Amino acid sequence: MNIIVCLKQVPDTETQIKVGSDRQSIVTDDIKWVMNPYDEYGVEEALRLKEKHGGEVTVVGLGPKRVTESIRTALAMGADKGILISDGALDGSDSLAHAKAIAAAIKDLQYDLIFTGQRGVDDDLGIVGATLAEALNIPQLSLIVKVEVAEDGKSVKVQRPIEGETLVITSTLPALITAQKGLNEPRYASLPGIMKAKKKPLAEKSLADLGLNSADFGAGARKMKILELTPPPAREAGKIVPGETPQEKAAQLAKLLHDEAKVL
Amino acid sequence: MAQGVWTIAEQRDGEIRKISYELVSEGRRLADALGQELTVLLIGSNIKDKAAAFGPYGANKVMVADDSRLEPYTTDAYVSVISQLVKANEPAVLLLGASVQGKDLAGRLAARLDVAMAQDCTVFAIEGGNLVATRPIYAGKAYAKVTFENSWPQMATARPKVMSVSEPDPSKSAEVMDAAFTLDDADLKTKVMDVVKDESGKVDLTEADKIVSGGRGMKGPENYYILEALADVIGASVGASRSAVDAGWRPHSDQVGQTGKVVSPNLYVACGISGAIQHLAGMSTSKVIVAINKDADAPIFQKADYGVVGDLFDVVPALTEEAKKYV
Repeated sequence: MNIIVCLKQVPDTETQIKVGSDRQSIVTDDIKWVMNPYDEYGVEEALRLKEKHGGEVTVVGLGPKRVTESIRTALAMGADKGILISDGALDGSDSLAHAKAIAAAIKDLQYDLIFTGQRGVDDDLGIVGATLAEALNIPQLSLIVKVEVAEDGKSVKVQRPIEGETLVITSTLPALITAQKGLNEPRYASLPGIMKAKKKPLAEKSLADLGLNSADFGAGARKMKILELTPPPAREAGKIVPGETPQEKAAQLAKLLHDEAKVL
Repeated sequence: MAQGVWTIAEQRDGEIRKISYELVSEGRRLADALGQELTVLLIGSNIKDKAAAFGPYGANKVMVADDSRLEPYTTDAYVSVISQLVKANEPAVLLLGASVQGKDLAGRLAARLDVAMAQDCTVFAIEGGNLVATRPIYAGKAYAKVTFENSWPQMATARPKVMSVSEPDPSKSAEVMDAAFTLDDADLKTKVMDVVKDESGKVDLTEADKIVSGGRGMKGPENYYILEALADVIGASVGASRSAVDAGWRPHSDQVGQTGKVVSPNLYVACGISGAIQHLAGMSTSKVIVAINKDADAPIFQKADYGVVGDLFDVVPALTEEAKKYV
């Protein structure tokens, strides 16, 4: 079975985010860029399915040249080939435009399953998977923690936890799955894997290569306009609850939560 | 021209979920700001008797899409039905809840309608006749105020537990109407085979009113009973930090933070959690934050409304006893 995994790079989750003076973007100096954590689960799951069912795993990344690093990481983990969609005209595009570019890169490939992360931990929109599935006219299975492909390779059974329940859902293939934490524990790339990855094919595509018009991309084509980015509302440090002993402190805290905060 | 505010109600097994009331209340405020009508779209099977629930919260109309294939929820069926209704009626604003179902639905629906969608918003306003949405990005390390351009309806999802529910006015009622749609079985490619109830019976963290959360300071999975005991007394759900989940002490579904759940309870009690930035990102919209930690310099105290410097193994059991006086 052939599987495509989409990935992007995001600031490492330990990054302190600073809003730029233009109030339209964040300050990117000193940011450590990593593979989106939810995309890592997609890569790992694709590799496990390949190990079980055979086939090929293709990694598709979108973004500036640095994204090559994350594609190489996925190749070192065991993926077979990579595609980087990179074009200056993509700068400032919204997620809808990103999904359309990825769809153009995928549409002529052979695939049974596509994985994306359930969301990027940057803009937290979580719509690339759905938009891609719509563009390719295939079903989507989002926020998935378990994937089982049928022996005949024609259908998939997945688990989606919702509030208080877990749904077991089946779908025809091809389908798109968005990976949620809990799906698996991603492997580390081995040293031989890293060596092999250097020789694996990695194609770079511009919008023109994909038959797309750059006028449909970039900040000017955004359907969602950013009016302003701001730091989060400040939360002032509150009071330290007084008391000599843990019992006194606990008694004071319970009283404050009841009398003052009114949450008990 | 697009006209009117629509909210999509969420129901499960015929029961209207709380997010639906949050949406209709917020929808009313926006409809008033626009001087337009509010319509609630209720979708399910044999669901029409629930339609009366929304009038008291300010809905002018409740449109009911009733079909046996609309229970349980599937992306295929719901997106097909709602996109038909939106195209036929052209609402100006379309709001959904950012529950698991709502996020799944809103993403695909936006794609089908080819419109932008602001996910998981915490504030809505109308400015110059347009919906303006404020949403946390980088899990709340920054906020984006966004609006829409050449994109109708203006579509967004609301973070659960953030929008306030209006006081219902029983004298008000909404006009209930049947929605006109078609469903083609060939379009229904996914099927819900089974529903496994969560045996713990606890309220999901994203919906919980109170959360007691434990981090590395818990020292091991065997000590979480201390938090469970407090949670039982005050009616809370138990959460965990990433380090506790990554150590295998607690299930993934318990993780609060940037790569876990983003929560907004009325009370968040952080026990033995130092306050790594990715954790703070996931709980900073909580209304009241309590930190219990023996390290007085822990960053969590900078975010806490009430800080207790002390050993959680002494403080939490004492708090459990004290809390009994107030519940």
